[in-house]
Amino acid sequence: MTLSAHAPAPDVPDATARPEWPDATGHFGVYGGRFVPEALVAALDELTEAYEAMRVDPEFVAEFARLQRDYTGRPSPVTEVARFAEHCGGARVLLKREDLNHTGSHKINNVLGQALLTKRIGKTRVIAETGAGQHGVATATAAALMGLSCTVYMGEEDTRRQALNVARMRLLGAEVIPVTTGSRTLKDAINEAFRDWVTNVETTNYVFGTVAGPHPFPAMVRDFQRVIGDEAREQVLEREGRLPDVVLACVGGGSNAIGIFTAFVPDAGVRLVGLEAGGDGVDTGRHAATITGGDPGVLHGARSYLLQDDNGQTIESHSISAGLDYPGVGPEHAFLHDIGRAEYRPVTDAEAMEAFALLCRTEGIIPAIESAHALAGAMVVGRELGPDSLLLVNLSGRGDKDVETASAWFGLGEHTAPTDDDERAVEAGRGAEPGPGLDEDQQPTEGAVTNDEAVAGPDAGEQA
Amino acid sequence: MSGAPEDDGGVSIAASASERGAERSRSRGSALAAVIGKARADGRAALIAYLPVGYPDVDTSIAAMVAAVEGGADVVEVGVPYSDPGMDGPVIQEAVDVAVRAGVGMPDVLRAVEAVAAAGAVPVVMSYWNPIERYGVDRFADDLVAAGGAGAITPDLIPDEAAAWLAATERTGLDRVFLVAPSSTDARLAATAAASRGFVYAASTMGVTGTRATVSDAAERLVARTRSVSGTAVCVGLGVSSGDQAAEVAAFADGVIVGSAYVRALLAGEGPDGVRVLSEELAAGVRRARVRT
Ligand SMILES: Cc1ncc(COP(=O)(O)O)c(C=O)c1O
Repeated sequence: MTLSAHAPAPDVPDATARPEWPDATGHFGVYGGRFVPEALVAALDELTEAYEAMRVDPEFVAEFARLQRDYTGRPSPVTEVARFAEHCGGARVLLKREDLNHTGSHKINNVLGQALLTKRIGKTRVIAETGAGQHGVATATAAALMGLSCTVYMGEEDTRRQALNVARMRLLGAEVIPVTTGSRTLKDAINEAFRDWVTNVETTNYVFGTVAGPHPFPAMVRDFQRVIGDEAREQVLEREGRLPDVVLACVGGGSNAIGIFTAFVPDAGVRLVGLEAGGDGVDTGRHAATITGGDPGVLHGARSYLLQDDNGQTIESHSISAGLDYPGVGPEHAFLHDIGRAEYRPVTDAEAMEAFALLCRTEGIIPAIESAHALAGAMVVGRELGPDSLLLVNLSGRGDKDVETASAWFGLGEHTAPTDDDERAVEAGRGAEPGPGLDEDQQPTEGAVTNDEAVAGPDAGEQA
Repeated sequence: MSGAPEDDGGVSIAASASERGAERSRSRGSALAAVIGKARADGRAALIAYLPVGYPDVDTSIAAMVAAVEGGADVVEVGVPYSDPGMDGPVIQEAVDVAVRAGVGMPDVLRAVEAVAAAGAVPVVMSYWNPIERYGVDRFADDLVAAGGAGAITPDLIPDEAAAWLAATERTGLDRVFLVAPSSTDARLAATAAASRGFVYAASTMGVTGTRATVSDAAERLVARTRSVSGTAVCVGLGVSSGDQAAEVAAFADGVIVGSAYVRALLAGEGPDGVRVLSEELAAGVRRARVRT
């Protein structure tokens, strides 16, 4: 700990003070808002009102803090990774260890908050979408802890890439429904979850996994995730006596990035860098770099950047990382980008996997492939800034779930897992089958909508 | 990186379309209100048919819309294909998915609008918001006026977020149909109905097969609540698939909206002929509604 050798610590801002955005109706500048069927407005209003009451209720604050400490294991540590940093142009690199949270990623921070909210509004069933499976696992975990019935929608493609997490969710008592519509990934799982919600809104709360979606989700999920940055800012000040020069995080929907950015937004001298999934490279068109390679529009209930074609159809995204494989991004990131407060850069699959391997071998930490994108960003930014610079990287999750994908990438052993290419999945002999997690005998939870009989409530389709 | 989608329609075209729209709103008022009013004068509800452009292909979908009109539909909802139709059930998803993959877009939609108008019915576009925004809100409004469209139904656009659309429809005189739901508060019902022009779309909870009696109650209540705060016509869709069901809904609503049943006929390979037959049955249904006791 080197406290006194440095300049005095800047003032610590009040951690409960929120940024001045969004406005009362959920707008971050021109972004955000609510682009939803009227049938959901009442539920969103109910959530907003209950959440605003809950967040200042001392009983909730104490309960949330207790769960974070005793159940999640917060605060998560900050680890300096000197051997990894040798590959970052001599910059010093600190990792915020969200991988050490219970369930293995930052996603648990958000679901504990939303599960408490679900109980508060008297609903007994939660639904969630999941890409990598981390949010689904976290939601299934919180549901088990709090005695809620749980249904998770997951793109069929992702149930193959992340079979381990499918099994975990089922062990935790959740029903996992593979989604076979559209591109069979996260965006389609979100559509299906919204259809379920609109049909079962009286009993069911939608536990949304990231800072996207209609108001109040972007603001609420940010509030639940900001603990990452609130802790990290204090931890870095305490050990270094100064703020980091750059804070880096991967950006899928953007929750871990907003979580670590929020505390630093008022610190004008701290650069905020979000790393998007560049897939095969942004210029190939096969990527998930929404801000770098997309433009503004409306998807999943909010205005933000998205990948779309000339007809306004969402373009399927591509990334080796299931958790970043999403053609949208949270509206606050669109706003931070446009006002120049944060910068967003793409990282290709290959760059991410290089950083992934490097962290494994230099530090004995297997990162989530999502988080490896942030590590790859640190390698580039560190080289740009050189020695003496201090980088804080959000290690949003651990890589246990990615062992098969990584083994296939590096050609290790007999384990081969598909990325997002069905042909390869079939050739590899894995992935063609859903895997042991998907047992057919599983009973649906009450009210579940399976993908071949999904019926939206005020179903414009049926009625239109 | 481009900013918000720009309207790239020519200024002079926009101006003339806008004059035409303004003239229309002065001279004729709402095209949808007129056709629904005419049906009411005949002592019946209007029949509103939804079909998506581009299934199984653009030409056949247009032929199916014309067949729906020939069979007796008063209004055709010309559906814009969209990749993420969050409000649609599996039947419509299946058809729309084909159209999306084929690259069907607004020029095809406008062609369908022209064909429906030429067939003698009132075309209204049904679109999720992003395809309209991407095309350019003002450009869409002007081109829709030019094609003879009455306006648009926007299932994921609530009036709260609709500033650009409200302005474009004011300027052009186009109708704008917003949705109400059983969960809407009285205040929202009033505000949404006040923002609507042409008719208000009462979207009542679907439920699954076998719950129709309950659903029908909910729809009837929703229509009554909407009427108590607004003089605008209220049209209802309930997953109606038969003439009897159409008659039942027609007893309490100004218009009966049918979508999936039409699409199912196309998915089953019955083609425009199947659509015409269904339309005839539904048109007979909306004509034999009795006022409920
Ligand atoms: C470990 C990890 N990091 C990051 C993400 C991306 O989500 P977000 O951008 O919301 O943090 C995921 C999503 O599944 C994840 O599992």
